[in-house]
Amino acid sequence: MRKKTPSIKRAKDRLARISLASATTISVITTIAIVFVLGTEAWRFFSLPEVSVSEFLFGTKWSPLLGNEKHFGIWPLICGTMLVTAVAALLAIPCGVVTAIFLAEYAPSPIRNFLKPILEILAGVPTVVYGFFALTVITPAIQTIFSGVDVYNALSAGIAVGIMCIPIVTSMSEDAIQSVPDSLREGSFALGGTKLDTSVKVVFPAALSGVVSSCLLSISRAVGETMIVALAAGNLAQLTLNPGNQVQTMTAYMVQIFLGDTDAIGVEYRSSYAVAATLFVMTLLLTWIGHTVSRRYKEVYT
Amino acid sequence: MKSRIAKSHGTKQLKNKLFVLFCVIVTTLSVTALAVLLITIANQGFAHLDWDLISSYASRHPEKAGIKAALWGTVWLCSICVITSLPVGVATAVYLEEFAPNNRITRFLELNIANLAGVPSIVYGIIGLTVFARMLGLFGTMNNPLVEIGDPISFWYFRLPFGSSVLVGGLTLALVVLPIVIVSTREAVRAVPSSLREASLAMGATRWETVRKVVLPRSAPGILTGAILSTSRAIGEAAPILVIGGFLFIRFVPANVFDDFTAMPLQIYNWAGRPQEEFHAVAASAIIVLLAVLLAFNGVAAFIRYRYQRN
Repeated sequence: MRKKTPSIKRAKDRLARISLASATTISVITTIAIVFVLGTEAWRFFSLPEVSVSEFLFGTKWSPLLGNEKHFGIWPLICGTMLVTAVAALLAIPCGVVTAIFLAEYAPSPIRNFLKPILEILAGVPTVVYGFFALTVITPAIQTIFSGVDVYNALSAGIAVGIMCIPIVTSMSEDAIQSVPDSLREGSFALGGTKLDTSVKVVFPAALSGVVSSCLLSISRAVGETMIVALAAGNLAQLTLNPGNQVQTMTAYMVQIFLGDTDAIGVEYRSSYAVAATLFVMTLLLTWIGHTVSRRYKEVYT
Repeated sequence: MKSRIAKSHGTKQLKNKLFVLFCVIVTTLSVTALAVLLITIANQGFAHLDWDLISSYASRHPEKAGIKAALWGTVWLCSICVITSLPVGVATAVYLEEFAPNNRITRFLELNIANLAGVPSIVYGIIGLTVFARMLGLFGTMNNPLVEIGDPISFWYFRLPFGSSVLVGGLTLALVVLPIVIVSTREAVRAVPSSLREASLAMGATRWETVRKVVLPRSAPGILTGAILSTSRAIGEAAPILVIGGFLFIRFVPANVFDDFTAMPLQIYNWAGRPQEEFHAVAASAIIVLLAVLLAFNGVAAFIRYRYQRN
């Protein structure tokens, strides 16, 4: 029997290495495509005569579709996004973190084995289903509690986005809490700390970087969430801090444009690229801060 | 002195109990949310759930409306998404875990993938629309393609630019799930003990032979689990499809990859957004079908994980 010469083997190895390496370029090309497309199309939008960069960045009126005088100030859209995100964060972060502490520190294993799959199911539910839920359950419930709330409102959408975010916060925070070594817990018990002291004053601070980055990740998800807000938050871009009002988020505006009959060269159509660029920059910043927090402030135990 | 200690111990005990109670209440809330969600959907949707729903097309009359086009559209989308994202994702992950030198370029690649995972899916939709569907306007417009080969209703039809076709939908979803495939594959590959690699290398195998004959077979269950989970993510995604121009009202099954299409979540969005209660019931029925498919996918993934973890 003749053995294959090592040179053929080496050539095969090199070929495999090169083809695998070229697959990694796809992800780089994707990033370049995102930056290039959003950049050039936003540039083309800003070079239109009826638009100015300063109005876009500082304007407080967003009315691209109605009337003769079109206004392109991004703040109403950012305000709507922030309102929905704030409601979602106020729901998801406390619930998610407390659930994570409970699962990691307190829950007996049968309860854990029951709850973990439920959270996984919650995480796997498509967002359009949450949107349907917001529209048919949460909104009517809100309307019976507070009278005079719009059919479409930021509160309902925010609650649905919050429910969607709970499993993200819980699973990442729980990982962080579980990776705190037992020696810290034992040290706390030895000093006379109760279970509560140990969980809240020792384990939780030790896991804080992971918890914070999970919260930032869920906020970034909430900012980019589309289907829930498109169904439940409404389509009226306005500057408001009242969650009972109808708002339009950045993502909902994009849906409105791409679903509508606006032609591919119109100023409204182009404006969606500028909005997308803004959204991209915001989520990128959140992701980046999350990574920095988890890397820089991570307690390393060996 | 003693009584004070006892007292402070008592309040501490009480605080402990209160905190546990608080935890239980909050946790119950999240479970209740899921229960309420499932119950209301089942309540609204079960009446409509029959074979007619699956075998008929969308209609203006809610009692006749069905999900045939949406279901087949989703099958097409998922197949294209898996065929394209799985090889690229697995190759990227294997390269980063097994071949990549520990240098600045590798760290940049890792950071890049982490950032891509955080990009909202609607942004991928816009990229899909501009790059795949319109092809940056290099080949004419979507309605007047520059290159057209074959008959639009035959299986072998080809056109440039791709237009709002099921191919573009699948490719866009592939971009959305690519970071998920990469991350889960990397975890699966990393879980292979290095002693196995070392043994293979010591026997004179090259790195590629080690990957192909030792690492990949060993990590296949983990890779498969990740692939199934990312597919279920793709099934549920509506935003990117909506942006690239998936159609909301369509009465046929795609004939080729350049055909118009709709998808399950898109159809649900359309029905849920209508004012009539009857359409909400149809939406709920469609949601039951969608959730059943997703649950089946997750069940298979859980089974694979369970089975291979034990061996």
